[in-house]
Order: sequence, then structure tokens, then C-alpha cells
Amino acid sequence: MMRSPRVRELVNLGYVGLLTAAGFLAVYTARQHEIRSTSLIYAGFFLVLFVFAHLGVRAGLPYADPWLLPLAALLCALGLIEIYRLDPVLARDQSLWVVIGLVGFLALIFLLRDHRRLEDYKYLLGTAAVFLLLFTMVAGTTVNGARLWLRVGGVQVQPGEFAKLLLVIFLAGYLREKREVLTFARRQVLGVGVPPLKHFGPLLLMAGGSLGVLAVLNDMGTALLLFGIFLAMLYVATGRHLYTVLGIGIFVAGSWLVYESTAHVRERFDVWLNPWATPRTTGYQLIQSIESIADGGVFGTGLGRSLQLIGNPPHPVIPAAQTDGIYAVWSDEVGLAGAAGLLLIYLLFVYRGMKIAAIADDGFSKLLAFGLTFAFGLQAFLIVGGVVRLIPLTGITLPFVSYGGSSIVSNFLMLGLLLMISNRAMERHR
Amino acid sequence: MNGRIRGLFTLLAIGFGMLITMTAYWQIWASDSLAARSDNARLVYRQLQIKRGLIFAANGRTVLARNKRGRKDGFTVYTRVYPQKGLFAHAVGYNTVDEGRTGIELSYNDYLTASNADLATQLENLGDTLRGETVTGDNLITSLSVPAQEAARRGMVGHVGAVVALQPSTGRVLAMYSNPTFNPNDVVQQFSQLNRPSAGAPLLNRATQGLYPPGSTFKTVTATAALDTGLYTPESTINAFGSCIEPSQFPIFQQLCNAPGESFGDISLSTAFTYSVNTVFAQIGLKLGHDRMINYMRRYGFWSLPPMDYPGNEMAASGRYMNGHLMLPSKPMDVARVAIGQERLLATPLQMAEVAATVANHGDRMRPTLVDRAIRPGGSVAFTQHPQSMGQVMSTQSAQELTQMMRNVVDEGTGTAAQVGNLPVAGKTGTAEIAPNVNDAWFIAFAPVTHPKIAVAVVVERTPLYGGQVAAPIAANVIRAYLNRSLAQ
Repeated sequence: MMRSPRVRELVNLGYVGLLTAAGFLAVYTARQHEIRSTSLIYAGFFLVLFVFAHLGVRAGLPYADPWLLPLAALLCALGLIEIYRLDPVLARDQSLWVVIGLVGFLALIFLLRDHRRLEDYKYLLGTAAVFLLLFTMVAGTTVNGARLWLRVGGVQVQPGEFAKLLLVIFLAGYLREKREVLTFARRQVLGVGVPPLKHFGPLLLMAGGSLGVLAVLNDMGTALLLFGIFLAMLYVATGRHLYTVLGIGIFVAGSWLVYESTAHVRERFDVWLNPWATPRTTGYQLIQSIESIADGGVFGTGLGRSLQLIGNPPHPVIPAAQTDGIYAVWSDEVGLAGAAGLLLIYLLFVYRGMKIAAIADDGFSKLLAFGLTFAFGLQAFLIVGGVVRLIPLTGITLPFVSYGGSSIVSNFLMLGLLLMISNRAMERHR
Repeated sequence: MNGRIRGLFTLLAIGFGMLITMTAYWQIWASDSLAARSDNARLVYRQLQIKRGLIFAANGRTVLARNKRGRKDGFTVYTRVYPQKGLFAHAVGYNTVDEGRTGIELSYNDYLTASNADLATQLENLGDTLRGETVTGDNLITSLSVPAQEAARRGMVGHVGAVVALQPSTGRVLAMYSNPTFNPNDVVQQFSQLNRPSAGAPLLNRATQGLYPPGSTFKTVTATAALDTGLYTPESTINAFGSCIEPSQFPIFQQLCNAPGESFGDISLSTAFTYSVNTVFAQIGLKLGHDRMINYMRRYGFWSLPPMDYPGNEMAASGRYMNGHLMLPSKPMDVARVAIGQERLLATPLQMAEVAATVANHGDRMRPTLVDRAIRPGGSVAFTQHPQSMGQVMSTQSAQELTQMMRNVVDEGTGTAAQVGNLPVAGKTGTAEIAPNVNDAWFIAFAPVTHPKIAVAVVVERTPLYGGQVAAPIAANVIRAYLNRSLAQ
């Protein structure tokens, strides 16, 4: 008998619950001299929370993909375990954000009902994204040289996380509408088909906007992410390599200009090329990340057992361990086996998302599912790539795992949209 | 569109593959070199979290190194305590985070931290790690004798120099003392003071690294070559030509004399040894020639680092030195002067102790060793030191003849100050004048002559006295202290 998707989802969540309990138990036993047994309540609370979300999905989206929610829950749990291991107070905040994220997730499902309604508001949402970024440029606070934060009534908000979501929705709507004119050339220039010049406007706008984010906000991570999403969606919508090549060319040239003119960006690059030139200052974060990862070996030091906190009062060895450095902490404690496992969870999530995009039958849903999934995967790649020194280290979050309210909430909204798309597609394919 | 979606999924999958590869690179290939970096905070903690094995004297009771438990950043940490302070400082060494480690603490670090390749220890260690318990290292039983070491310290009070004592039949190091010494408990706090030029280099182990002109103690090596090649017997008669020999008589570069006021005619080799007659040994050296001399020196261990279980950078090879560098043995040399222990020839006390021990052990040179056993925390033996021969330096008969000659030195010659009651002692004095009235004074000896239990080398730096006056009594006291102890047992 084929299991219904919802039964499968519940079973998967059960596994996640067990893993969560095991993880907290491991941290607890390793650090019992500091932590009370109440820590295990986290696992129970966590399971109840996601079973609640499951019931919401069961009621609102009965045909939705049964893997995404458990995978997101698993990522949340892994993040929560490591954040708890670093600082129980932060873990309490983070679980509050997970609650808020799930509330937002359910609200989105039940209030929006049909994701295709967003298409009508694409320009509004696109403008909102631009305004969010513009507002950050004017009123943002600077952390570690990058202006990432907005202070809203005592709460730090990272507008980039929401701008990303809004941008994907806008692009899905815009590209669905303009696909044809962008795809089919009217004129030939040097033997290459070129669409009417006016359609290049948005492309140049996006490139300029992303570079603006880079130059003014000094936020290389968000700039790369936004432009990467844009290029990928443009390519999927039109199938024209011309845009991709042109886009990358513009971005590289612009980046070089920004590199030459902005000390912060130049510093990040130089640190990437040789962190050991400045081991106590600018290279410190990257060196500590790498040494922490290397410490893990193949099987890791064990949850709660690695050296992460030093000094009195204890502070993390890796600067920003709970956000940028969370992958390094995880790799240290569970080794290559666990690190590869975490990356495979991301890849599995991306795979399910891409599958939803593939089976969605209208252009908007397809582009939206693809854009959301690609954004999710690219973001994970950018931050992990930075931590392992594959690319320059940037200050974006590891989706669902890093500490941070904006990130958690925006990712749950993304999850809600993906499940809505899959529900509709699966219902029609039934 | 689906084809392009698939294409970009593949792109992301490749990207994630690169992430895994990069993580694997750090965790597998680069892991060891990163762990050893001094800017890696983990290095310090990992070292501090290991409960190192204890180090004991040969009696298995006297603790030379133990641990003090403390807490640092929520971790249980252990630091080293050396209850014997300066007494065993050079042999045992020290283990610190800031100043590294030396001595046995370094050469047996694998056993002391239970990280040696030995499978049984590894398994016990793995169990500890999995249970989250402290890794406990193997305990070491050294060969060092407390009474011999204490006698060496008493003897060296007021002197700069070193004492090395070996068990001839096994090569076990019974005593190794270098003065001035230092308190290994204070190394971290006082490291810069200890390294000041005015401090007299207390961290230097003069027993293994101190290079001194061996003077007449080297005649033991020359006599070995003389007897063992068959060119001489103890009774061979040689003309000493009075008090000096001249370049006109022999192929020597400059006049070569005996000790002031000493003049000899036709005497036997044995008599020349007893009274340390330079003019005779110079002639013997000339007759043996460059190659034979070098051959016997190399058999004794000259021109090689001592094969001892001790850090190589804390030992020096004996041989001919030019501007602080060991010269090749093939370099031309004034063999007549080498034969009496001059001509840029430098030796460590350990090397000369090996010479005495080899004669005592019937010509069979044994590898010197500091550690007898390593015992796992569970009580099983992780490692046992087996005596190892480094090769027969001379025939048993040559060794017997040389022993008799060395005995005469103590009975009636230059080394009478080394007499220990009725106990038959064999020895050889040495005095290398490095400036007017400033000598490096030597004595090498072994006892009892019939069944040698201990061989000793003593050097006293920059003294106005002769080896027979200042070094011989110290050697006698070390022999007495050690034999009293072993007779009592």
C-alpha cells in the first residue's frame, strides 16, 4: 500500500525527533557540569512544534511534498543543538524564532491559500525589496564592516533575507511575462541575436543594484546571492546564454571596480587569498574556522566535546560562531561524516525543490519554485564555501541552521511557498 | 525549462561536491599540520587535558614527574610537577605549553601521552576518548639511581660540569647530572632569566651537549687502538725521550711535552698509561696513523650522535670541531696530538662514560638508555628496554689488558684520589689546559674491576686543579654511593 504523503511526513518527523533527542542528550552528557537536565525538554518541545506544523499542512496542503518539512525540521534541530552547545541563552531565543517562523509559515498557508495570487503584486513586492535595501543603506547599523542590520523596535532585522524572498517572487512574475520578448531576438548584431534594447533595462538595473549593495552596504554575501538568483532565473526563463555571459561580465567588471575602491571588500579578498598573513586581525575568523574544521577529522570530536569556548566569561573561539561559523562548529564535533551529511541534507532539500519546479505546470509556479530553491542552495553554498575557504568569507546565514530571527522566519516563509506550489502540482498530477 | 532546471541543479550539486572536498581536505590532509600550528588554541588544551604518565627513578618509588590537576575554561587540565626540582632536571626535562618539552618528557612523549603506535595502548586510549574520560599516559621507570644522582650533585657543588654514570653490562644510565641545574617547575616563569648569558646556561645538559677537550682520558682510546691492533702489548717498551719530543725527531708540527717537571726514559706502555706520559702516546699515535685512530674512535661512537633514548637536539657528537662545526674524520690531523686528546678534539661526558663502560664490558659497547620500562595505566607493560650492543670495539683480551692498566692508574698513578676503600677501581685522569691555570678536569672510571657495575665520567669546567685532584674524588663518591646501595639490596 502506498503511504499517503502526510503519513510519510509524520514518520519522517518522528525520525527527526529521535535525532534531536539524541543530539541534545549528547551535548548534555558532554557538558553536564554546566547544563541542567531541562535541556532534554528542547527535543520534546521541538517535536511537538513540528507535529503542530504537520497538522497545519495536513489541513491546508494535503498533497504537498512530504520531505521538505522534515528536512527543514532536521536542519533547525542541528542548528539548535549547536547553538545550545555554544550558549543556552541564544538557543532559547532561536527556539522562539522557530515558533515565530512556524506561525508565519502557517499564516502564509492559510491566508494566502494560492501562491499564484502573488503574481498580481509582483511590482509592489519588487519595489518593496528595493526599498528594504535602500532603507538599510540609509538607516542600517554596521556590524563587522558590513551594513546588514536594521533596528526595528528593539529587534535586529536583516532586511537582505526578506529582500531575497521578495526579489524571487518579483522575478518569477516579471520573467514569466517577458519571457518571450527576452527570448526571441528581433535584430542581429554581429551575428548574435539581440532583443530590443529596452528589455535590457531590468538586467542592468539588477546588476547595478547588486553592485550597489556591495559598494554601499559592503555586504558581499547578499550582493553575490541576489545577482546569482537573478542570473539563474533569467537563464531558466529564457535559455539564453547571452544574458548569463553578459551578466557575469558586468558583475565581474563591477566587482573589480568595487574591489579597487572599497577597503572592506579588498580586505575580505586578501584574507581569502592568504589568511595567515594577518592571523591575529583580519585573518583570525577564517583561520579559527579552518582550524576548528580540521580538528574534527573524519568522525569528529563528539557533540559538545570540541573546544569552542575559551576565557572567562566563556566566549567562542571562532568569531560569530553561532552565525557565520556554525558549519565549522558542526564539522568539528561530527567530523567529515557529519559535515558531508549536513551538505547532503541541503542537496536533498534542493533536489525536492527542483522536482517541484519541474512538475509545476504554470510558468510562474515553475520559476518561483526554482528561484526559491536555487536561492536556498546558493546561500548555503556561499556561506559554507566561505568558511572552508573555497570562496571569500561573507556574512550571510546558513539557512535554518545559523542563529538569527530574520533568517529563520524568511526561510519558513520560503518553505511555505514551496509546499503550496507542490501541493497544487501534486494535486493535479494525482 | 525543465532541462535548464536540471542543469542548474547539477551546477549546485557540483558546488556542494566541492564543499565536501574542501572540508575533507582540511579534515584529512591538512588536519595534522593545522593541529600543530602555534596559533591553534586547541593544541594547548589538548596537551593540557592529557594526564601524562608519571616518571619514576629506577627504584620505582621516587617520583621524578607527576601531574597537578586544575581547571581552565571548563576543562580539567593537568600541569607537570617535578618533586625532585633540579636534581633530575636535565635527564627528565620539562613539559610546558609555552616553552615546549625536553629530555625524557620529549623523547618518550608518545608513551607519556598514550599516543604511541602500540595497539593495546591505542585501544585503551580510544576507550577513554569514547567515554569522554581523561586520556592517561603510560608511566615510565627510568634507570636513574637516586643515590648515584645525589652523590653526583653533592660532588658538583661549587663546580661547573657534569657527571654521567652507566651500567657497563646494559648501557643503562645510572646518573646524569649537569651543573648549574635549574628548577623545571619554574621554567615557564623564568625562561628568559635562565637564558641570560650571565646565568651560566643552566638549561644546557652538559652531560650530553657539553663539548670538552678530553685530554688524557682520551689515551684510553689510543691505548685501545694500540693493544687491539696488536702493534703493542702492555709490556712494549717505548723511549719517552725525557720531558719533550721535538719536530726534528718526529713528524710533529711543534714541540710536545709531558706534564711540567715529569721526565721519563724507556718505559712500558702500561707505565706510560699509569703516569699519563704524553711523549709516549704521541709516538703511539704516529705509529698507528690517521686511519687506525679514526677507526677506533668511530667504534667508540665518536662522530655520531649518542644512540641514547634522548632528544637528538639535546645531544652532541664527539669528534674534531672547527668553529663549532664537526669536521669530517677524513680531514688531515696531527695524529700525535689527537692521541693525547688535543688537536681540536672535543668529547661529551656521555661519550667518555661510554669509553669507560665499553672497557668494563669486555670491549662490547652497549647502547646507553634512560628508560627501563613503560607501564600502561592498567598495569601491563607497554615497553621493555632490552640491552643492545653497538658492536665489539676491541677484543676481550685487549679489554682485559686495558682494565689492568686503568686499575694501575687508580692504585698507584695519577688517579689515586679515586680509591674507594678496598674496592678495586679502574680509571683514567685527564686535564686539558684551556688557559694558563684554567683546566677542564676529567676522570673516567669503572668499578668493581672484576665485575663492573658502574662506569663514570666526570668533567669539571674551568678549574685550576687537575682531573686527578678534583674529578676523581667526585667519581669515587658516585661509585661508593651507587655500590653501597646495590650491595644493600
